[in-house]
Amino acid sequence: MNKEKALIAYVTRMGDNAIIMAQRLSEWVGHGPELEEEMAMGNFALDYVGQARMFFSYAGELEGKGRSEDDICFLRDGWDYGNVLLVERPNGDFGETIARLVLFETFYSLQLEALASSPAKKLAEIAARAIKESAYHLRHASHWLLRLGDGTEESHRRVQGAIDNLWTYTGELFATDEVDELMQAEWEAPDLTVLHEQWHRQIEQLLAKATLQKPDDGWMDSGGKQGHHSEHLGYILVEMQSLQRTYPGANW
Amino acid sequence: MPTRNRKLEASAWEILEHIPDPEIPVLSIVDLGIVRSVEIDGPKVIVGVAPTYSGCPATEVIEDSVIKSLQSGGISDVSIHRVLSPPWTSDWISDRGREKLRKYGIAPPKKGVAHGRLLGDAMPAERIACPRCGTENTKKVSEFGSTACKASYKCIECLEPFEYFKCI
Repeated sequence: MNKEKALIAYVTRMGDNAIIMAQRLSEWVGHGPELEEEMAMGNFALDYVGQARMFFSYAGELEGKGRSEDDICFLRDGWDYGNVLLVERPNGDFGETIARLVLFETFYSLQLEALASSPAKKLAEIAARAIKESAYHLRHASHWLLRLGDGTEESHRRVQGAIDNLWTYTGELFATDEVDELMQAEWEAPDLTVLHEQWHRQIEQLLAKATLQKPDDGWMDSGGKQGHHSEHLGYILVEMQSLQRTYPGANW
Repeated sequence: MPTRNRKLEASAWEILEHIPDPEIPVLSIVDLGIVRSVEIDGPKVIVGVAPTYSGCPATEVIEDSVIKSLQSGGISDVSIHRVLSPPWTSDWISDRGREKLRKYGIAPPKKGVAHGRLLGDAMPAERIACPRCGTENTKKVSEFGSTACKASYKCIECLEPFEYFKCI
């Protein structure tokens, strides 16, 4: 792998994380616990769709084979998707969706912040645009985590369960592979070990404030970045790609 | 720059100033601060447009209306350049735009707040003035509203609900 290929893979993975988060959050539309949260989830999903479009268009440009954002999104199967396993986890209850949003967005906003000064100019521009939305999602989700953790016995029990369930999937966020190494060396992408420490500190503080226990780092699941996914991704793709799968090349 | 080009640029801006934002039609896209540049390259006019939110569904509609409006204004060779940097923030909304928003019943975004960090408790509770009666005795009903860029508020004094254009 060379630095150009690493950049394409990295940008595509970022688009994959964003589009899968968008799919998951949009599942709440029509099912939100209250109108405000319904709109919040829909709004966040829309931000992620927009970010995914920018990442995919950029990946297509870098690749130079004429693939559009739609081609990259709709004409790849699971093994070509490089999103982390955390984002494809089922939503669970509202608390679990919030917990996942906090765990992922804390990572994502740190990642975007670091990328905003990458010499890959377009990546830096997309990151600078997306960081504003990411910070806003994180603020909203963090406030909910505090309310649920420090809320009733039931809300505390549920959101603690969610954090415990999801913890196994947080290790992958910081698992470095060849793409990450090249990105770090050539495009000033963040060192994932450093990012992990920052993430850990932020999450630890937030959980303590929410009267929640931080789970111990045990065995961590991984593989999503390399295309080895859980069964859940298949269902997401089948729904998202149903039009292109039924009418290949459909266009309007 | 030759006079002809300057004239072309001026007439392009003139047309752009009359294109309404599809979601907040009281604002023109120039008031909203999303038209970044007008460049003239021979007969060609290149308009730099910055999207507000990444996923703003109005982006394509706006780009389409820029092309159509310029063409019906006699400028046929138009292309759009999407500008990401520096990113759009609510601080790009002009003073005239803010006043138009207020008159329309949408509380304009506070200036400068967009530069601060949006995280955690660092952000003080914002005091938003009611666009109708002017009091700051208002209450946030929901951080989310009819479009991605607005929050829902209620005035405690005159009891009117109103929207607030969020700082981002």
